[in-house]
Amino acid sequence: MHPVIQVSGVRKSYGRTVAVDEVSFEVNEGEIFGLIGPNGAGKTTTMECIEGLRTPDRGTIAVLGLDPFRDVYKLQERIGVQLQQAQLQKRIKVWEAVDLWASLYQKKKADGEHLLALLGLADKRDAWFMNLSGGQKQRLFIALALINDPEVVFLDELTTGLDPQSRRAIWELVRGIRDRGKTVFMTTHLMEEAERLCDRVAIIEHGRIIDIDSPVRLVDRHCPERTVALTTEDPIVAERFRAIPGVDAVICNGKRITIRGPGYDLVTEVIHCLSENHIRVTDFRTILPNLEDVFLKLTGRSIRE
Amino acid sequence: MMLRGLWKLTWIEIKIFLREPLGAFGTIGFPVLIFLAWGRVASRRLAPSSLAASSFIRVDIPVFASLLIAISAVLSLVTIISIYREGGILKRLRATPLRPQTILTAHVLVKLMLTAASLALMVLAGKRYYPVGVHVPLFSFTIALLISTWSILSIGFLIASIVPTARFAQPIGAMILYPMIAVSGLFFPVEFLPPVLHAVARLLPLTYAVALLQGIWNGDPWSAHLGDVAGLVLVFVVCAALSAKVFRWE
Repeated sequence: MHPVIQVSGVRKSYGRTVAVDEVSFEVNEGEIFGLIGPNGAGKTTTMECIEGLRTPDRGTIAVLGLDPFRDVYKLQERIGVQLQQAQLQKRIKVWEAVDLWASLYQKKKADGEHLLALLGLADKRDAWFMNLSGGQKQRLFIALALINDPEVVFLDELTTGLDPQSRRAIWELVRGIRDRGKTVFMTTHLMEEAERLCDRVAIIEHGRIIDIDSPVRLVDRHCPERTVALTTEDPIVAERFRAIPGVDAVICNGKRITIRGPGYDLVTEVIHCLSENHIRVTDFRTILPNLEDVFLKLTGRSIRE
Repeated sequence: MMLRGLWKLTWIEIKIFLREPLGAFGTIGFPVLIFLAWGRVASRRLAPSSLAASSFIRVDIPVFASLLIAISAVLSLVTIISIYREGGILKRLRATPLRPQTILTAHVLVKLMLTAASLALMVLAGKRYYPVGVHVPLFSFTIALLISTWSILSIGFLIASIVPTARFAQPIGAMILYPMIAVSGLFFPVEFLPPVLHAVARLLPLTYAVALLQGIWNGDPWSAHLGDVAGLVLVFVVCAALSAKVFRWE
């Protein structure tokens, strides 16, 4: 795997506010890399520095071996960009936008009509931009980002403001982009999106990167706790669970019992205990920590705040 | 190549402009209507034979209407640029191989074509108000109006740089541009102005635009107005250089 994006020691401030502070990471070819964090964490600034739309105060960036500032036009030829909260001319037609974008690139292009069909916009090709729904606008922006058959695609807060159904459809599209061998660099403040979509994520807060890894490994590293919740009629069973080595806490709430402890073995141990003692349960579920919990653990606050 | 996408963008912007009937009418139709109304009133009220009437109808009204055409083109540019900036459209266009100057050039081209179209409409609609026998060099006049508009458009970019939001674009632009007509020498010669205003008038592009338009309409040769053209070019160079420094894309 060789990196297509290399960011090293990048810093960017607006006046006295430091938006991005000593940020370094690499994005490998063919992966979906997510920059995740709350609003205002520095995600968009970082992304726009990499796209060549902003100049960092310090640090170096290389994308496909190019300097986004010096070689900005060469770079634009090879990347596709979807910006957060972008608009087009109100009365531009869908096909006109695609046609205009296609005319801007020198290299071989994706077939515009095919892209529109792929993104479910074929019957909207004569519609004005202003008359598209939020999801249709986002799909058009994805089409524009893909029109030059780019090697790296940048997606900034792609599904913000979309309903769950459109969101899932767009996740499928992004996976499709990666499956065609492209590299995807995206930002999101939705942990579910990052968890389902990204091969690797960087958690950013207050302009600094806190940790980088695959979602699964991040969870394992920072939140190794497992929780088992079960319901049983057996009144004395709590004591048996407390006897399991490695169990931190057993909380009884009427018939409902919650067992918490670190490590992969907790679930096996609980099941073992149930079968050994012939305990009948009417409900049994394991609760795994997710990126949301990782974020809470690392920053001391919820990403939703 | 720098011009990549220029023609396509220009053509799309023309179509988009025409798709908003109210805006298109306001920009093209308003100066023509003013011209027709004034021409009609003046030709009725003033004795056609008097020298003052003849000069007013023959020169001042068409030149004034032409200036309005130029200014409404500039105001339209200021409004569009600020709306495009506020909506992130300029930013989205920049995140492509399009050069910034291509984006702005496309808008200038649209406004120049609009100016030429309005002028043609005005001439056609106002044929009956031109005293018979006067031969106006329409081609030269069109060129003169395009040069004037092009020069004032550079001020439009400066205004577009300073307006905080799209809502204020039109009023702020109007507040800056319309008063320039008062001291431009259109209704009385610049020399009659108090010294301070006279000096101000010398700095304003409309003063040169009026001298050029009046002269060419009257049949002067271009050689008599090289100074005015130079003034307009200088205004463009200065404003373009300033805009390049202060223009905001988002």
